[in-house]
Amino acid sequence: MADMKEVQSIEFGVLSPKVILKMATVRIARAELYDPDGYPIDGGVMDPRMGVIDPGLRCRTCGGSVGDCGGHFGYLELARPIVHVLYSKFVYRLLKVICRKCGKLLTGSREKTSLKDLIKTAGKKCTACGEEQGEIKFEKPYSFWEDKTPLNPMTIRERFEKTPDEDLELIRVRIRPEWLIITILPVPPVTVRPSITLETGERSEDDLTHKLVDIVRINQRLKENIDIGAPDFIIEDLWELLQYHVSTFFDNELTGVPHARHRSGRGLKTLVQRLKTKEGRFRSNLAGKRVNFCARTVISPDNNIDIDEVGVPEIIAKELTLPIRVTDFNIAMIKEVVKNGPNVWPGANYATRADGRKKKITEESKNEIAEEITNGWIVERHLQNGDIVLFNRQPSLHRMSIMAHRVRVMPYRTFRLNLCVSPPYNADFDGDEMNLHVPQTEEAQAEALLLMEVQNQIRSPRFGGPIIAPKNDHISGLFILTKKDSVFTKEEAAQILAYAGIDAQLPDKEKVSGKEIFSSLLPQNLNIEFQSTWHKGNKNDEDSNVVIKNGKLIKGVIDKSAVGSEEGAIIDKIEKMGTPQEVSDFINKVSRLGSAMLDTRGFTVGISDNDLSEEAKKLVSKAIKKAEEDVADLIDQFNKGKLEGLPDRSLNASLEVYIMQRLAKAVNECGEVVSAHVPENDTIYMARTGARGSLVNVTQTAACIGQETVLGQRIHRGYLNRTLPHFRKGDLSPISHGFVGTSFKAGLTPFEFFWDSLNGREGLMDKSLRTRHSGYMERRLVNALQDLKVKYDMTVRDLTNSVVQFLPGEDGIDPAKSNWGKFDVDAFVNLEAAKDD
Amino acid sequence: MKEEIKITDHVIVPKHEILTPDEIKHLLDTYKISINQLPRIAEDDVVVKEIGANVGDVLKITRSSHTAGVTHYYRLVVKE
Repeated sequence: MADMKEVQSIEFGVLSPKVILKMATVRIARAELYDPDGYPIDGGVMDPRMGVIDPGLRCRTCGGSVGDCGGHFGYLELARPIVHVLYSKFVYRLLKVICRKCGKLLTGSREKTSLKDLIKTAGKKCTACGEEQGEIKFEKPYSFWEDKTPLNPMTIRERFEKTPDEDLELIRVRIRPEWLIITILPVPPVTVRPSITLETGERSEDDLTHKLVDIVRINQRLKENIDIGAPDFIIEDLWELLQYHVSTFFDNELTGVPHARHRSGRGLKTLVQRLKTKEGRFRSNLAGKRVNFCARTVISPDNNIDIDEVGVPEIIAKELTLPIRVTDFNIAMIKEVVKNGPNVWPGANYATRADGRKKKITEESKNEIAEEITNGWIVERHLQNGDIVLFNRQPSLHRMSIMAHRVRVMPYRTFRLNLCVSPPYNADFDGDEMNLHVPQTEEAQAEALLLMEVQNQIRSPRFGGPIIAPKNDHISGLFILTKKDSVFTKEEAAQILAYAGIDAQLPDKEKVSGKEIFSSLLPQNLNIEFQSTWHKGNKNDEDSNVVIKNGKLIKGVIDKSAVGSEEGAIIDKIEKMGTPQEVSDFINKVSRLGSAMLDTRGFTVGISDNDLSEEAKKLVSKAIKKAEEDVADLIDQFNKGKLEGLPDRSLNASLEVYIMQRLAKAVNECGEVVSAHVPENDTIYMARTGARGSLVNVTQTAACIGQETVLGQRIHRGYLNRTLPHFRKGDLSPISHGFVGTSFKAGLTPFEFFWDSLNGREGLMDKSLRTRHSGYMERRLVNALQDLKVKYDMTVRDLTNSVVQFLPGEDGIDPAKSNWGKFDVDAFVNLEAAKDD
Repeated sequence: MKEEIKITDHVIVPKHEILTPDEIKHLLDTYKISINQLPRIAEDDVVVKEIGANVGDVLKITRSSHTAGVTHYYRLVVKE
């Protein structure tokens, strides 16, 4: 390895004209790029001595070819000096503290200070020569005035040249200030601004080259005009133009000057634009890089693969490879895949001989290479079942956004994943795409498996509960399976289990209850009691409390609070009791059982699920009518001045609150009517078990939508004192301010539809604004925390090894191993007690 | 009349104490760190001023925590 030295310090500075001349190999003096034959002109901006960009040619300066010649700088002598825009503010601050006559600092003291402090204390009169100082004004981006007369770069440079080094040291300026006024412009090598030849044979130059041509052309004109002694105003104009071109060469997004543009109107991408922002060099090319051995495609759900698997299309499996070193143990297998060639899965694409020569496996060469293979070769074989890959969905907001899965090669063109792992990725299947990466070494695979495998990510560090769990139809299915009247014959029960691919022991009875089928998946030592989601609104139902004793579901239904993501009590308990493998097995089986149940029974939802009986309809319209009457009363009282105000609120605001409260009450009444009168059907099952949707959705379709709000208020915006011209001015009635008394099923009036769309638009705006906002907040948070580390002594240290926390989180709890963020003292005591027995 | 307000009396301000040199040594020894590796608190922090701590002192802060009950934190008083 090369001799290594530690970097002691890095100092940034400004190039001096001397250094620029020393770096440069070419003096640029001509604005033309190519001669009529198409060869680059010597002394032009594309001078071949500045490096090579055409493959096959040699550099005229160093003799290197495209790979090894990094290019050489040229230089351009400016006819008049120019302010360096990116330092113009610094130039301004220096001008304020430097004497206009002698160039010395405007301070009597010889003490070191900062430039910032000196500006505040600098006197009006030079302490060295007594010269009265003018008032310096700076106008962005590069104009200076002194007492209302323009100050040109030449004068500034003359002043700076006079400033003694000792004075600069006092204000800790480590460069010569005159270097900030450019006299010699370094011309970057052609290798950083390569031209591209289009298919038509036409040459297309880089933006930087375009800008340089502008600079050289104006510089030439300025020089000619000076030489012929042109009038001052012409020279001033050209000088200003040169300043503009050099400035936009550095930064084309300066405020106060027009951006330099292409003929097409597109802004030029100059030096600063190359570095800045997410698309710039730092964030796009240095902090982030493109990688090999990755794939991206649309995802779709597949209940029949395990949660730790990922379905990989065969086309992708044939493209992604793993290097395998040939040994005695795998030579037979390797020969087999090599014989399959690159086009038949499972095959191989490349083989590297023991001496390092790499051979591409083709249809023609595959048999020959297979014969040749011996120990020590490395074969790049196709991805095969069981290989470990990383699977990712952006935005990667938490660590479960990238997990290690096992490959399952499948037909068609989408990645397949088990529905239970969609919550951690926050994925749905409306066209979402995901990325897949193949770790290439055994170390990388082992590390991925230990740290990132799906089984190890079931408990989320975000809230300390299970995040990977059955959802939607799984939950509906399990509910239907375990509710009180579901009984199956022995054959039916066996059929469901077999359909789900589960091998389990059932009680030997003619009639088997759904609870018994479910119990066959539970560990023998599971004891737990909790309230089901079903419990809400069904408090007297015998199934609302779930009791599991010794792995038998005695009482209660299985729904979201038993197995759902973020709350499932059974998943939580099994995760605490067993190994990661046992939990994932449980999730696999339970979710498949749920789907199998639905597949055998059938599951249908329709608009008629939301039908209300005549009686219920009457109750709903009565509730709404009563509310509207009450509101009219309130308004009446308000108009008569009899309304009593709420503390801290004006009478108007109080009235709004009263109206909102009364209408909300009416909507609640509707909700109660709906939950009492809508018969049990699949829609209600979904809402009540937490599988999908809520009772609010049912109420809004069946009974009444309720108050539409904008910014949490009734709708007030629109015309003067009214929302729409169809209402009287000052109308305070519910209908004119966004109350929707009808249901989605009954249909909305035009007014109501308008109120609903106002509310809908607000929701949409809110969502997009919030995601952007929180994305940027997360970026800042991650940047602030990225190099904090928990050391072996359980202190959190930063990169200077200073202590940040004496215990991680001040409680030492790993949230991914916690009981909803806390330490479960009772469980620990019980465990210890059990050990003592 | 100006009423003296002590911010240390406020419910959300945790208890700050100045450590004795012995306690500082003990703290640094337990964590095997130098004094400059401690978290810092500015000399002009209101609490520092109120309890009369000086640059170089180490404060022990006793906070109540939802998950851990009581936690201790140590901060070195520094200039600026």
